[in-house]
Amino acid sequence: MDSFSFLILSAIGLAIIFGMMGVINLAHGEFIMLGAYITTLSCLAGVPIPIAIILGSIGVGIFGFIVDKLIIRHLYGRPQDSVVATWGISLIMGQGMLILMGPSLQGPSTPLGSFSVGGINYSLYRLILTIIACLLVVLLYWVFMHTKFGLRSRATMQNEEIARSLGTNTSQMYTLTFVVGSMFAGLTGGLFSFTMTIGPTFGTGFLMESFVTVIVGGANPLIGTVMSGGTLGIVHSALSYIFGTFIGRVGLLVAAIIFIRLWPTGFSGLLEKKILRVKKTNG
Amino acid sequence: MDNLKNFKKIDSEKITMLVLCIVFLLFPLIASAYDVLNMSYFFSMVFLSMSLWLIWGLTGIFSFGQTAFFGVGAYAYAMISMNFNNNTMTIVALVGALVIAWILALLLGYFMFYGGVNDVFVGLITLCVTLVMATFLAQSAGSQWKIGSVLLGGDNGINNIPPLSIEIGSIQFSLVGTYQYYFIILVLIGFYLFLRKMQHGKMGYSFVAIRENRERSQLLGYNISLLQTLSFSFGGVLAAFSGVLYVTWGGYISPSAMGISAAALPVVLVAAAGRNNLSGVMIFTVLYYFLSQKLSVSGSEYALVILGFILIMVILIVPKGIVVTIFNALDRLFSSRRRRDANDTASDTKQAGTY
Repeated sequence: MDSFSFLILSAIGLAIIFGMMGVINLAHGEFIMLGAYITTLSCLAGVPIPIAIILGSIGVGIFGFIVDKLIIRHLYGRPQDSVVATWGISLIMGQGMLILMGPSLQGPSTPLGSFSVGGINYSLYRLILTIIACLLVVLLYWVFMHTKFGLRSRATMQNEEIARSLGTNTSQMYTLTFVVGSMFAGLTGGLFSFTMTIGPTFGTGFLMESFVTVIVGGANPLIGTVMSGGTLGIVHSALSYIFGTFIGRVGLLVAAIIFIRLWPTGFSGLLEKKILRVKKTNG
Repeated sequence: MDNLKNFKKIDSEKITMLVLCIVFLLFPLIASAYDVLNMSYFFSMVFLSMSLWLIWGLTGIFSFGQTAFFGVGAYAYAMISMNFNNNTMTIVALVGALVIAWILALLLGYFMFYGGVNDVFVGLITLCVTLVMATFLAQSAGSQWKIGSVLLGGDNGINNIPPLSIEIGSIQFSLVGTYQYYFIILVLIGFYLFLRKMQHGKMGYSFVAIRENRERSQLLGYNISLLQTLSFSFGGVLAAFSGVLYVTWGGYISPSAMGISAAALPVVLVAAAGRNNLSGVMIFTVLYYFLSQKLSVSGSEYALVILGFILIMVILIVPKGIVVTIFNALDRLFSSRRRRDANDTASDTKQAGTY
């Protein structure tokens, strides 16, 4: 459960940006770090925890908006250049935070205490994280499938030119997408800021896991991420439980490699193929 | 594509490379031993960018995995040379490291390209492979992890790796300091000329064909899986060579050389320099390492911020790559002047030759 929520939460912002815009955001980890900083600082200033987390999310969203307007806007449709630019952003953010705030920050401890089921202790907070992950997925599903924004964004994702000629402002869609992706990154940072030490390298702990989840998930930010998060989460926690953390981590990566080798388009591609086949046999 | 057309013409790129070549061959005569040592390090890293140029710039395979082969080369060299514990065996260790990396790259390439994995997914798989190795090596502290008599050392890496040494007859000398510098730069020039030759040979054109349009090349009868695997494995060897040079230079290797930041760096360098142009990639790599060292030596904490800023600016202002853009601008400048000269003297080739 733990690694499921961890994988989903860390990947979802990246998945939205990658799936919709084709931009590989190497600064994703730093976005998460920024969210954690904002949350912790506002918490220390006496803001209640849930509001602090939301503040972190909004703060990173605004930051994402600025970054998009300044830099990413020029890089739509150039995924390989975006790698370079976001790498530059991550360098600036990581080092800038080190200069501003020093090597580490003492945050508040994990809230809400713990409870025990059958003699095993669970932290209530971690349970809530899992619930939040599930809620977010449901929320995203609703936004993408049942709102005007969702419809437009899916149209942009499928065929940008046609969407634009039918009157969708695609560059605005991209900006919005980037902001939403950044907000999710900030939210993730805020949520996990209570469970880890906070420092300028806070985000790098997320980067690898989020990348692997997105890779295995494929282009569809919703179905892909959920399914790959679920599968990899099971693999990771099972292996970690039996063999220890290290084997769990390597197992996660090896599973990802095997998966991509077998189904290069990830879970979303696999699913689309299945659906198409069903449709064909029906029709 | 202009580098395909203008093979025979003299342009600013060739002149720059010739001048740089002469300058750096004479460099140890004018510079201090410390600078020479630094330059050796920069040139070792050029091989890494070179390998990415070969597979990404030329063949169009987007790979994050060059640092994996860098690490394989470095660790393999360390393992073999330290197990023999004999200076005359370091050449064997060098060859062994390259062969190991070559086999690994061949396997990985076979696994991917014959399986039909392409485009960004190659980048993602290679990233995963790199991270698996980095994770594995990072936890390999403790006495149970060793090959022969050498500990893998976990996060701390391996220390005291011997430098290369060569034995000619009864004379034996280690490649350190200026010797190492000359060894590296001669090999570098050799590889540069070889790659340029290959780029304009049959092999190079087939690679470019694959980069430009995979399906069409396949329909025209190219065995694209084989060619991609070949290119990828040769790139792996180059990266491993870079790794070997790095450990013989510093005597030290740790898993952080393969982490996610290290893995992204060659990609960033090649993209920023202009990935279609080998000379540009090489110049920019040296420039980057030079700058990052100058900035960090000067003690400024803003070094990384400035570097990040430069990278973003490069991408926004000169998306074709900074060095390539400079080359093109110079060519345009000189060719217009040359045309004017040609009207007067009617010998433009001679004119161009004097630059």
